This record gives sequence, structure tokens and C-alpha cells, in this order.
Amino acid sequence: MKSAVVLFPGINRERDMMKALEAGTGIAPVSIWHTETELPDVDLIVIPGGFSYGDYLRCGAIAGRSPVMAEIIRAAKRGVKVLGVCNGFQILVETELLPGALMRNAHLKFVCREVRLRVENTDTFFTSAMNKGDVVSCPVAHGDGNYFASDDKLRQLEDEGRVVFRYVEGTNPNGAVNDIAGVVNRQGNVVGLMPHPENMIEALHGRTDCWPLFEGLAAA
Amino acid sequence: MPTMKARVKVTLKNGVLDPQGKAIEHALDGLGFDGVSGVRQGRYFELDVEAADKTAAEASVTAMCDKLLANTVIENYEIEVS
Repeated sequence: MKSAVVLFPGINRERDMMKALEAGTGIAPVSIWHTETELPDVDLIVIPGGFSYGDYLRCGAIAGRSPVMAEIIRAAKRGVKVLGVCNGFQILVETELLPGALMRNAHLKFVCREVRLRVENTDTFFTSAMNKGDVVSCPVAHGDGNYFASDDKLRQLEDEGRVVFRYVEGTNPNGAVNDIAGVVNRQGNVVGLMPHPENMIEALHGRTDCWPLFEGLAAA
Repeated sequence: MPTMKARVKVTLKNGVLDPQGKAIEHALDGLGFDGVSGVRQGRYFELDVEAADKTAAEASVTAMCDKLLANTVIENYEIEVS
């Protein structure tokens, strides 16, 4: 699988993500600068974490309207796989590629710690090597990860099994509704999550719980 | 084309929790302002907009709100053009 990582001003987690993608897929990802309007021919586009455009207006709002995102929306509609982590997830909900919104953490504090995540959907390209119900440790680092969706949208997400990751009860770090940590679009090719699985894949990270997510990309 | 002043108020929809508003409410209470409830925080924008007339300016600012200034999943907006 060929992958690319999108770079916006203020993004700061791209190196970890590129390393994880290279380890998982066996191919070094290419980078896409935010002003580019022609995308490389890849199977997967990843939007990493950080603080794109200083998170002015709303987290991910400005990046969501940048020229490269218009192309990524088009690519996603064609079926190209898209993964957004943390700020990347915020950008994907701002573009409406993913439903809902990510609001200020309920306790108003930035959280930087490990949470426990339950894998709820293993039909996505990112979770295909996991088993439903697997629980993994994973770090989070965000101030605006409080997932919100209207009651109707929430019911639809749950009914369609589109919650991919859920915080294990008692570890919800931000007040997200239904403990939602990550979701997938209806087409099944766009996944977003607040936690940083790319930071829990090698011995130096303390644990390797999230390695299967990246290892599974090679086969996806 | 004339330039008009647009004022946009973006507020959270009813039913969307506003932890920042809650924190402000607590702080007001701490300062001794009794009987304050229902504090909600919002955003306010002022824009100078060139448009043929007021209707055109309103249409243009409405599009700006839908596309960028507000997140209509969680926010409502009000526009005033003068």
C-alpha cells in the first residue's frame, strides 16, 4: 500500500506518523504540502496531528478549507482511503467527510495521557488486523476531542456500526458522547480518531498495542 | 459597489453542552454575582463586504457562515448587515 501524509502549517506529528506508515506498509510515505492541488497516486492519505493554522476559528476549520483538502475530498469520494488522527480527525469532521463535531474537552483541560480503547469495528482498512472487542492502550494529546453528534446522527452511527474505537468505560478523557474515540464514514474508506496509535507501536513507546493497526495496512 | 458592514453572531445550538459557558458561570458566581444561570459562550465577527445591495451582502455572508464561520453541526448564526 502506497501512502501519503498531508502537511499543514502547524502540524507537528507527521514524523511519527510517517515512520509508523513506513514500518507498517514497507514503503516510505510521500508528503503532500497543503498548497498542492495535484495528489500523488497513493492508496492511503493520512492527515496527522498537530495544530493546523494555530487551530484558529475552530480546530481544523481553516485546514478543512485549504486547496489540498478540496482534492482530498474528491479523492475520498473516489474511494481513496483517508485516515485522520487527532487534528486530522478534527479536519475530517470540519470537511464533513466524517459526521459530528469535536468540541472543547468537557473539563476544559488539555489531556496528555494514556487511555484504553476498545476496537468496535474491524471492517475498516485500519482495523482489519484487529479483533472486535480488542482493548489496546493508546496515548491521547488534545484539548478539543469531545465528540458530539446530534441524537439522530448518533443513533445512525451506532445502528450502522460506524463507531470504530471507543474509550473503555472510565477512561473517556474528554466527555465524548457514547465514549466515541473514532468513527468511519458510510462508504468505509475514511477513518478518524482522536488518540495517537502511531505512538504506541514500538518498545521505546512502552507498549506495542497499536502495531497491528499499522501492520494490517500492508494487507488492506 | 458599496461596502457594507456585516455583523455575525455565532452561538451554540440549544442542547449542545457548553463547558466554557459553565466555567464562566462558575467564575461569575465566585465573584459574587448571584442569580446568573444559562451562560453560553459564542463568537462575534465584523466584516466589510462589497456587494450590489443589502440582499446580496446578506446572501454572501450567509454562504460564508455555512462554509466557514459557523460549524452548523453545533452552531447557529445570526447576520446583520448595515
